[in-house]
Amino acid sequence: MADKTKKKEKPPVVESLLAPGHRACAGCGEALAARLILDAAGANTIVATTTGCLEVFSTPYPESAWKVPWIHSLFENSSAVAAGIEVALKALGREGEANIIAQGGDGATADIGIGCLSGMFERGHNILYICYDNEAYMNTGVQRSGLTPFDSHTTTSPSGSVSWGNRTEKKPLPQIAAAHGIPYVAVATAGYPVDLQNKVKKALSIKGPKYLQVHSPCPLGWAYKPEDTIEIGRLAVLTGLYPIYEMENGEITKVRKLGKKRQPVKAYLKPQGRFRHLFTKPEGKEEVKRIQKIADGNIERLGLV
Amino acid sequence: MSKPIGIVAKPGSSKVNKTGTWRTSRPVFLHKNCNDCRICVMVCPDGVIFGSDSNYDADLDYCKGCGICARECPTDDIEMVLEVK
Amino acid sequence: MKRIMEGSMAVAEAVKVCRPHVIAAYPITPQTHIVENLAQMVADDELKCEFVNTESEFGAASVVLGASAAGARAFSASSSQGLLLMGEVLFNLAGMRLPVVLACANRSVSAPINIWNDQQDAAALRDAGIIQFFAEDNQELHDLVIQAYRVAEDPEISLPCIVNLDGFILTHGFEPVEVCDQKLVDEFLPPYKPLNYLDVKNPMTFGALFEPTWYQETRYRIQETMEEAKPLIEEVSKDFEKTFGRFSGGLLEKYRMDDAESVFISMGSVVGTIKDAVDELRKRGENAGVLKVRAFRPFPTEAIVEALKDIKSVIVMEKMISLGAGGILAGEIKNAFYKNPQAPEISNFIFGLGGRDIPSESILEAYEKAKRQENRDVFVDLRKEALEVTY
Repeated sequence: MADKTKKKEKPPVVESLLAPGHRACAGCGEALAARLILDAAGANTIVATTTGCLEVFSTPYPESAWKVPWIHSLFENSSAVAAGIEVALKALGREGEANIIAQGGDGATADIGIGCLSGMFERGHNILYICYDNEAYMNTGVQRSGLTPFDSHTTTSPSGSVSWGNRTEKKPLPQIAAAHGIPYVAVATAGYPVDLQNKVKKALSIKGPKYLQVHSPCPLGWAYKPEDTIEIGRLAVLTGLYPIYEMENGEITKVRKLGKKRQPVKAYLKPQGRFRHLFTKPEGKEEVKRIQKIADGNIERLGLV
Repeated sequence: MSKPIGIVAKPGSSKVNKTGTWRTSRPVFLHKNCNDCRICVMVCPDGVIFGSDSNYDADLDYCKGCGICARECPTDDIEMVLEVK
Repeated sequence: MKRIMEGSMAVAEAVKVCRPHVIAAYPITPQTHIVENLAQMVADDELKCEFVNTESEFGAASVVLGASAAGARAFSASSSQGLLLMGEVLFNLAGMRLPVVLACANRSVSAPINIWNDQQDAAALRDAGIIQFFAEDNQELHDLVIQAYRVAEDPEISLPCIVNLDGFILTHGFEPVEVCDQKLVDEFLPPYKPLNYLDVKNPMTFGALFEPTWYQETRYRIQETMEEAKPLIEEVSKDFEKTFGRFSGGLLEKYRMDDAESVFISMGSVVGTIKDAVDELRKRGENAGVLKVRAFRPFPTEAIVEALKDIKSVIVMEKMISLGAGGILAGEIKNAFYKNPQAPEISNFIFGLGGRDIPSESILEAYEKAKRQENRDVFVDLRKEALEVTY
């Protein structure tokens, strides 16, 4: 195809705080979310990250994509490590020097790290915790986690002749976080980048523990075309399967209403290979109905239409 | 006497890794219908689209060719072109 | 001036004068008094630091890891199950070269669950790249905690350190202790100057992924550093003596070894009992002595070989065992003498597991057994009744 560009001078390169050259898959929703979050937080930020895709693709020694002070310790402890950083800055007379962000994937946050997370919330540390929810243990090859959605195919909850995939619904982590009495809880998606950044800025303006769960579409694990990452993110919201909202001091303060833009769950499920098994057998229709009920429940509970 | 081995990595040192070699298609910015919405800049997972005043382009050293920018451009001003010699 | 205090208080008093920035605490018997004493000191404004009660030992270790990475001097304490739960983080501390000091109130490891003293918990972490000291009495314990920070934070070392104290025996045993004077401690232990720390003015990445092309050298470096720690530990103990007027550190301690033919080797509080047994043996005309191992990691191979060069018989007595292999301390001592034509006869005994009491008679019995060549991985004082349980 012929190159139709006008002869314009190439614009100057402006870098984000997450430098390019990292090894995220093309079209990675988590990489996008991480970049947006870091740029919203700014250079005066210290970040603790768990083991997972984000950590592995961004820090193959001696390379690092992070342009802020950054630490990775173990799979389950970024919240506790961040807590240590927070109290150390206090003790060293450096409080207020930087935002402190702890982050981890859905497995690290909802499963193996839930103890440390709960402790951090309970002690009231001034930390923003970000959960990158790509709905499975992606870095190790797409195994199911506590946040894997109902009927999703993963390698440890595969669809098969006697299985429709993951048997349980997502652990309600935002509600668990809110139940701790922390001042701010929000849910966002990489599919609505401006909203995501606004929530980060809002969170960082509040003192105390904050929890932000970010729906992070994964082209590899969810089996869809990389260019559709933003669209998939939007559809998750518009079907009611992944409602995005804010809670302050335990009360829902803002929801992203759907109105006429509401879509049936099929619009979200069909483009993704991890739900394909629901459409290859006639019995799959019953499963799609059950998923629709989940979406309907969310919509009713949160008043989204 | 030994010093502890360099167990810390330098900030932004990922830039030595030119991920542009990964792609099979690259985005071509037509600069015909651009309305300066900057959605392309915002949605690039690798943050390699730059510019202002309807003059945007991708840093081809790093662009992985995911195609999100072309998909999301509201004025269809970006086309994905197969990389062929 | 000396005060009568529990070992737990001796640790707390030592930690206090080291001016930590962050203490993370999670309770486990018999360590509890350590963190309780520190909590009270903070509550009474005697100790100004951030005191964090965590949700588990794993959380406590992670908190001190984050604190140390941010440039703070940090402390925590645990025991047995708690130490093992911290295990992942302790390996992390060593690999990230963070000089956190921990106290371990040595307690046996479940199962079966048993809250009394042996040294299996510390042994389980001997491969992690952590410096380990064992204290014989509360004064030495107090002094070792202070020296531990000095050794760990040395810019050539930068490794975490565990100071071991026998659970209940030292933690809850009352002895006279002279608490180090704060002004002198400030001279002896300057403020912590980290090599790298999390700082927005100088952003660095900690804990990157080291692929096969890079990982092995990090282990080589820790091994190298452990070797360098040996002379430093000696140097620090000499400086301690100069500053505080008593010798209370170093890799080893010799007791009545000058003309000894047989030497007992052990670690921790039981050395006191062994010294009593040796005094008894001396009365009986036996030329016996004791070599106390104070630094378990780095293992003082050269110093031990040197100390035992004219000794005919070595009797290792230990409260730890590598199940499936045998005595740990003994194994390392035998290793030290590999291909050495002057190697002594080495007998080894396992004792005191799960808090089994060790009267000096048991030591004397081991001495006789060693003479009779009944001397390889021998368990002391096995109870017939416990071996013959039929249900």
